[in-house]
Amino acid sequence: MPIIQIDQLAKSYRVYQKKEGLREALRGLWKREYKDVDAVKDISLRVEAGEFVAFLGPNGAGKTTTLKLLSGVIYPTSGNATVMGFVPWDRSLEYRRRFALVMGQKNQLWWDLPAQESFRLHQQIYKIDSDSFKKTLDELTSLLTVQELLGRPVRELSLGERMKMELIAALLHRPEVLFLDEPTIGLDVIAQHNIQQFLKFYQAERGITILLTSHYMKDIAALCKRVVVIAQGQIQYDGSLSGIVDSFSGDKIITLQLAVGQSELGLDRYGELEKIAMPRVSFRCPRSEVSKSLGEILSNYQIDDIAVEDPPLEETIAKLFTHVSKDSADGSADGNAKNEASKGNSMASNKP
Amino acid sequence: MMDSHSFSNVIWDAFRTRWMILRIALSERLAYRGDFVLGTLMRFLPIITQIFLWWAIFQSINPEDPNAGRLSGYSFQDMVAYYLLTMVGRAFSSMPGLSSSIAVKIRDGEIKKFLVQPVDLITFLFWSRVAHKIAYYTIATLPFALVFFLCRSYFTLGWPEPWTLAAFVASLFLSFALGFYLEACIGLVGFWMLEVSSLLFVYMLFQFFLSGHMFPLDILPEPFLSIVNYLPIKYLAYFPAAVFLGKVQGTQLAIDMGMLVGWTVLFFVMSQVIYRRGLRRYSGYGG
Repeated sequence: MPIIQIDQLAKSYRVYQKKEGLREALRGLWKREYKDVDAVKDISLRVEAGEFVAFLGPNGAGKTTTLKLLSGVIYPTSGNATVMGFVPWDRSLEYRRRFALVMGQKNQLWWDLPAQESFRLHQQIYKIDSDSFKKTLDELTSLLTVQELLGRPVRELSLGERMKMELIAALLHRPEVLFLDEPTIGLDVIAQHNIQQFLKFYQAERGITILLTSHYMKDIAALCKRVVVIAQGQIQYDGSLSGIVDSFSGDKIITLQLAVGQSELGLDRYGELEKIAMPRVSFRCPRSEVSKSLGEILSNYQIDDIAVEDPPLEETIAKLFTHVSKDSADGSADGNAKNEASKGNSMASNKP
Repeated sequence: MMDSHSFSNVIWDAFRTRWMILRIALSERLAYRGDFVLGTLMRFLPIITQIFLWWAIFQSINPEDPNAGRLSGYSFQDMVAYYLLTMVGRAFSSMPGLSSSIAVKIRDGEIKKFLVQPVDLITFLFWSRVAHKIAYYTIATLPFALVFFLCRSYFTLGWPEPWTLAAFVASLFLSFALGFYLEACIGLVGFWMLEVSSLLFVYMLFQFFLSGHMFPLDILPEPFLSIVNYLPIKYLAYFPAAVFLGKVQGTQLAIDMGMLVGWTVLFFVMSQVIYRRGLRRYSGYGG
């Protein structure tokens, strides 16, 4: 049985429609217009124990709302979900002792006290016996190399150090399910890398289930085998990271290094030129025509080197997001993004 | 049958959690020693101005001999003694920053912590507040003792009976609980209003006059006297002082103590209900 089971989950917020101007503000004092905003509409998902799943999507897509629903912070408008058999928004103490939520933008530690004081409180409220508390704490602090910082007030720690402490606080009770909302937000590259390495190691070692949202493609590429793209409150894609490119981009990028004296003239017939930095020329070519175009180019031009690559992931995802929002702006069918996916034929990514 | 061993374990565990919250809140409080000590001592300044104020009032009543003047049965000495006792009462029952901190927790989403972690918000706040009070008294006991020593001549009746003293101490602890749950309720209105400062302002204004902080409530004319007698806020300042001064005795003392317990329980229950309802409404503001 899946450890996380989500069925047709939906959450809409009622927001006050504030209009511009003093006149409207006065009118708003007694008569308010409300609008329902669908943060999450109809999400269904199964996650097996031990999976490391990334939620990907533009701001306001419903990723954080989904995590909030799963941690029981908010009630859904409709639909069901269970995590380890618990309904999250029942907020039973037993459930709370078996999962953890870490939000990159929120501080859960006592600001003016050393982190170890917060850890002691966690030991008490999560009922961790002192042997395993000590063992877990030693293990986590040495993995994250923060032993020396335990006694320093949290306010004096750097953002990266604080994030490590937040993770320790969240993992002390050895949760089976961990929700991470932007754990590396605002961190520099090295700190990001440290956190990634730690999460990867810890997840593999413990076999816990992790759901992560992040804007950093590097986080996701480093950590997650499975990616769920959420946009407009719905799941647009569920599969591997590389699969996104296969599904949503019908093009390949061909880069040629022309031999000395060759001109790039005429290459635009094979596709849209991307970049010309002689002697290198890149252009975009529909996948179905890659082999045909390459054949022609090789017979017509003198080429020193060739590379055929997928377009950058960020670009594909950005395209996917704009695509989705355009669809919904047109008011056309929801499934368009998925239809698009089947159109791009799945020619294996051939990197010579 | 629930076996008594596991039951006592639960109690022991609940106690240890509260103890841990108290300990940590206390050490947090002491992180800012300087500010804290200064703030505590500055609270004693108004005593001097208040004594001068009452002196001026009694002087206008009886310019020949202010000490002989009477205001609804209170002499100048009685008035100062009363005022000093309300200071003690308010040191228990006032909750600086409680309501607004709850409202801020709701608005900024910090309250999520208490929904995700296995710890109850109101329990947590209660024990942190106990820690605040302990820290406060650690610093304030000496100055309080000094002030009472210097003003001992104002207590014309001397020390009260042991039973009265016991009732006084009990009323102080209960007024702490009442004050806490009352202001917690105001803070929890933040689930609906996001900003509670104006509500708090109105409450503080009423509290200032009707709790007995400003003047002894029994100098009020009817029907105001009867009205304030039925309000809970008189227990925050007037009541403990009145008990100490022997104004409430016998059956009336028992009734008032019962009322105080009743109000405390009522506001405790209300805080729980408002919290549960508020969470229902809560949609997770602030990301």
